[in-house]
Amino acid sequence: MDMEELEKPPQPEVMISLKDLRVAYGTREILHGVSLDIMRGETLVILGGSGSGKSTLLRTLVGLEKPRSGEIWFKGQNIAAITHKEMDTIRKGIGMSFQGSALFGSLTVGENVALPLREHTKLEPSTIEIIVRLKLDQVGLAGFENFMPSELSGGMKKRAGIARALAMDPEILFFDEPSAGLDPIVAAGLDELILQLKKAFKMTIIVVTHELASAFLIADRAVVLDKGSVAALGTMAELRASDHARVRQFLDRVPEPEVSGEMDYLQMLTEDNRPGRKGRGA
Amino acid sequence: MPEFLSEIGNTTTGGLAYVGSLAILTGRAGYFTLIGPFRGQPLRLRSSIAQAMEVGVRALPILSLITFFIGLILALQGAYELRTFGAMNLVATAVALGMTRELGPLITAILVIGRSGSAFAAELGTMKVSEELDALETMAIGPVPYLVAPKFLAMIVMVPCLTIWANFMGIIGGSVFGVSSAGFTFGGYIQASLDALFLRDIMTGLIKSLMFGITIAAVGCHEGLSTGSGAEQVGRSTTRAVVMSIFLVVMVDVIFTAIFFFLSPQ
Repeated sequence: MDMEELEKPPQPEVMISLKDLRVAYGTREILHGVSLDIMRGETLVILGGSGSGKSTLLRTLVGLEKPRSGEIWFKGQNIAAITHKEMDTIRKGIGMSFQGSALFGSLTVGENVALPLREHTKLEPSTIEIIVRLKLDQVGLAGFENFMPSELSGGMKKRAGIARALAMDPEILFFDEPSAGLDPIVAAGLDELILQLKKAFKMTIIVVTHELASAFLIADRAVVLDKGSVAALGTMAELRASDHARVRQFLDRVPEPEVSGEMDYLQMLTEDNRPGRKGRGA
Repeated sequence: MPEFLSEIGNTTTGGLAYVGSLAILTGRAGYFTLIGPFRGQPLRLRSSIAQAMEVGVRALPILSLITFFIGLILALQGAYELRTFGAMNLVATAVALGMTRELGPLITAILVIGRSGSAFAAELGTMKVSEELDALETMAIGPVPYLVAPKFLAMIVMVPCLTIWANFMGIIGGSVFGVSSAGFTFGGYIQASLDALFLRDIMTGLIKSLMFGITIAAVGCHEGLSTGSGAEQVGRSTTRAVVMSIFLVVMVDVIFTAIFFFLSPQ
């Protein structure tokens, strides 16, 4: 590499670029044209209340939902319009930590972490074993290889899920509600882990959460979603200074005045903050 | 009236769409079982064997017990009519034909539905609800090759095997009556059963049982994969898997029995 090139200040490089992304379940549109750039190496937090479409956005980014229209550019490919096979190639370079950890109950913690390596690499079992131990060590679960997921606490399951997401050394790590259902101490521990991972591996990290405290701690930038649209985008300090009514309401934790109108009421009844229920709940 | 007609139309297209989605799943599972291994995709032998143990071997004790008594019942029912003609010596024939052509495959299928079809739906449904299927997907591991194909393979191999065993146990059950009340010796009863059977009788039963196996795997896995959200949906999927499997197994039975009837030489 050229010496001159090295001396240049690092330019923020766009990792994922969303252009007018629209996602719908059946006839109900969840995301109404989201446009957004995610930079390499940043931690982007997607904030929003229940039913704001933040989980849907995350599921669309990892290819679990097909957008109705719009583009998702990643590594020169529009992943909104590629085949299943091409998507699988991309998926080998991303990791995802699920809300409920989604560990396979019939496999031990170690086998869970080893699964993507066994499926996608030709590594020797002994090498895989070493990698598994390393990954579990990185998330603070050294020595838990032979435990079954059911024997772990909620926080430990989350950590094991993160270890599995890290198994293939992904460039991007997605987190769906990392602190959901955990006590504040365990949740703070997970925030700490996310910060460590970012520092150690310079990963791009995308976190969906509604925990403000967590967002203030880990976010480089945050995007606030409201009813399927981007309400605000910027650093946490910039969001703090925003005078967008919904952003203020969200950051200041002001309760909804009251359910207004028939439509909103129906939406409240039928919406669930964990989407992915095609043909249901709509 | 128009509403009624549109209701019929909806039900029909819904039913056809259901069968269509079963066919697609079967096709994909078939690809990963039969063609995939020749194109560099691993055949998951270990998990297939584990499934086969669960579907087949663990079903043996209860299947033996049930089909033994079904054979005995067939003998009693047959003898009820046959004795009025003084044709008790035909009991062995009645039991052998009834078991191999119809009851062996059917009872086996119903037992496998209850034990394994429901289990497939519950297992896959629970995995769907706890986002494990999504997790597989994001790890670029397809749920069909990883989870569904081994279940298909296990069903395709084990249901016909269980059916052969069911036929055998049914004949043994019939022999209890034959020996005790119809004047047969045990050897004589078995010989009479074998004389009554043509290879065609056994083969038609086995072809049907193979189709039953495919049907049960397809319905169980499809119901599991299409589970909605929440624990109660897993229960619903399981119930639907059992009810739909029994219904479709009977439909497949009708179709194949009719085909064999019209194809067989007079």
